[in-house]
Amino acid sequence: MATVTRQDQVRAEVAAWNPAQIWQPPTRAQRWYDGAFRRLCFVFAGFTILLIVWLVAEIAFRAMPAFRQYGLAFLYGTTWDPNKAQYAILPEIWGTLYTSLLALIIGSAFGVAAAIFLSEGYLGEAVFKGLRAFNLHFHPIWGKLPDRLELLLKNLIELLAAVPSVVYGLWGIFVIIPMIRPAANWLHQEFGWIPFFSTTLSGPGILPAVFVLSIMILPTITAISRDALVAVPPKLRMAAYGLGATRWETILGVLLPTASRGIFGGIVLGFGRALGETMALAMLVGNANRLTVSLFSPANTLAALLANNFPEASPRDIPVLMYAALVLLAITLVVNIFGALVLERAAAKAEAK
Amino acid sequence: MSKDSVSSKQEFIPAQNQPAPNPLEGVDLAELELSLYRPRTLTSILLSSLVTCMTFLALIPLFAVLWMLIWRGGQKLSLSLFTQLPPAPLEQGGGFGNAVIGTLIMVGLAALITIPLGVLTGLFLAEAKESKLAETVRFAAKVLTGFPSILAGVFAYGAVVLATGGFSAVAGAIALSILMLPTIILTSESAIAMVPAKMKEAAIGMGATGAQTAWMVLLPTAMPGILTGIMLAVARAAGETAPLLFTALFSNYWLISSGRADLMQPTASLAVLIYNFSGMPFANQVELAWAAALVLVLIVLIFNLIGQSFSRPQIQQ
Repeated sequence: MATVTRQDQVRAEVAAWNPAQIWQPPTRAQRWYDGAFRRLCFVFAGFTILLIVWLVAEIAFRAMPAFRQYGLAFLYGTTWDPNKAQYAILPEIWGTLYTSLLALIIGSAFGVAAAIFLSEGYLGEAVFKGLRAFNLHFHPIWGKLPDRLELLLKNLIELLAAVPSVVYGLWGIFVIIPMIRPAANWLHQEFGWIPFFSTTLSGPGILPAVFVLSIMILPTITAISRDALVAVPPKLRMAAYGLGATRWETILGVLLPTASRGIFGGIVLGFGRALGETMALAMLVGNANRLTVSLFSPANTLAALLANNFPEASPRDIPVLMYAALVLLAITLVVNIFGALVLERAAAKAEAK
Repeated sequence: MSKDSVSSKQEFIPAQNQPAPNPLEGVDLAELELSLYRPRTLTSILLSSLVTCMTFLALIPLFAVLWMLIWRGGQKLSLSLFTQLPPAPLEQGGGFGNAVIGTLIMVGLAALITIPLGVLTGLFLAEAKESKLAETVRFAAKVLTGFPSILAGVFAYGAVVLATGGFSAVAGAIALSILMLPTIILTSESAIAMVPAKMKEAAIGMGATGAQTAWMVLLPTAMPGILTGIMLAVARAAGETAPLLFTALFSNYWLISSGRADLMQPTASLAVLIYNFSGMPFANQVELAWAAALVLVLIVLIFNLIGQSFSRPQIQQ
């Protein structure tokens, strides 16, 4: 009749234990393994720092011959002519900064707006009101809908970042460029005297590149800004409402200033991403060595220059391209370190509260 | 002494015969009304609608891209795409079987390099929280997160392609692993740091060594979070083009020839195929590029979804 319960099983197992086998200090082998494992983790962690040093050193070392030959004139000349062995990258530096800044303006406007939309819970609120009209707002299934939709919206915005950049490039070539060409050429005809519209859009150009680039940096800005807005202590919001402030007086007067460091850090990191983005630009910016402010003119960026020239580089070109890579590395490292520092300060400030 | 304090207290008692001051005096009560005629309320509602419109505008590109992929890529999609080699110019038909295999092999190789390195570094960071080295490593990983993917390619070109004398799958995998490393380090660190301290203390209290605690308590408990990080890193690496352009280059042939894979030769990948074919003036190649883009997005989405499915049970805890 005796049914064996789980408790009996455990009791039997415990009775079968040999104390001398279990209650013993770690053997020498175990201690050696422990020490080796700890050292391995330590070495791997150190390797990450070493990797950054190695990255910089490898590119700088390979760029040395070009640096000696062209010096700093490489940075402010405008000719790129492999036949005459004349190389300079001012148009590419300008193109990189110009496209990134324009994309940053569009991307951060939409990115911060989306962050406010998400952190304020507009969608959940609207759905909740809709459900209440049908008296379903505490329904076991329908009642979960507001939270579910909020989560879905957040994931959809993150999905924008998951689409590979080469797919955005393909989309830009076959959808965006044909779509904006009539509008761009009309703008050129009517307002050609404005420097921004001084050329026609014949195919690839700065504007389609900026458009796609801003889509690609938007999720970064939204994710970081949303985290910063959500981290604002609720009591500040409640105090503002208690004083009679409207929702937007609270957002503009309390929430945004409090979260400003985090939002700024997100924008800086978005800028870093825009500077280093390659494929969308290599496919859409036109790869023309041209120094221009016109939105419709083809241009070039550092990353696109590398992408187009490295695959068929002759041994003579390699140091020059490495020098260009070093310039890009310097710009992005400075921007990224600055962004990471801003975010670290913002986090420290939030913790101090 | 006592007299003074009594008299000072009495000053604060309001005189009975004076009327209490009206707290609302000077306040325009109409200003607090929730009405569209009030500029304050109107501004608030207008800005709310603006933010709503901008958020949904920002989502339009996502749906536009997905729609184009399904419409133009879906037409071409068939099983033969996965068994055939890329076509020559003006040739009809063809597929990208070698590119699918190339992408999977390079991403797999990169994962093999990165997972031990990243997870153990994350373990180190979670255990040695405050040490100087840990803080430097954490900062290095954060800086690497924003590292431009093309520069990973430049590095692998210098360190592997020039050193071994040719484009290869290994060079591509090393370039990809640099991009995967920071994601894996940072997600493993946060997953391991979230393991309740009492579990770790219980293991140490029972006499487990550090290595035993790590393998039997910390890593198994943090496994969902670590797997999420790995899947997100794999998804990102699968979609990367720039680091492969001049490390793995491209190839029109199968990676596996006469029964064995040669990892030291140029290798095709889906992303580079899309880039190469998108610039060609031939309709067949452009259609193949759309189909390849659909396959690539599906691969990336599947890895993303797998990653999120690991992280879900953890949120509920």
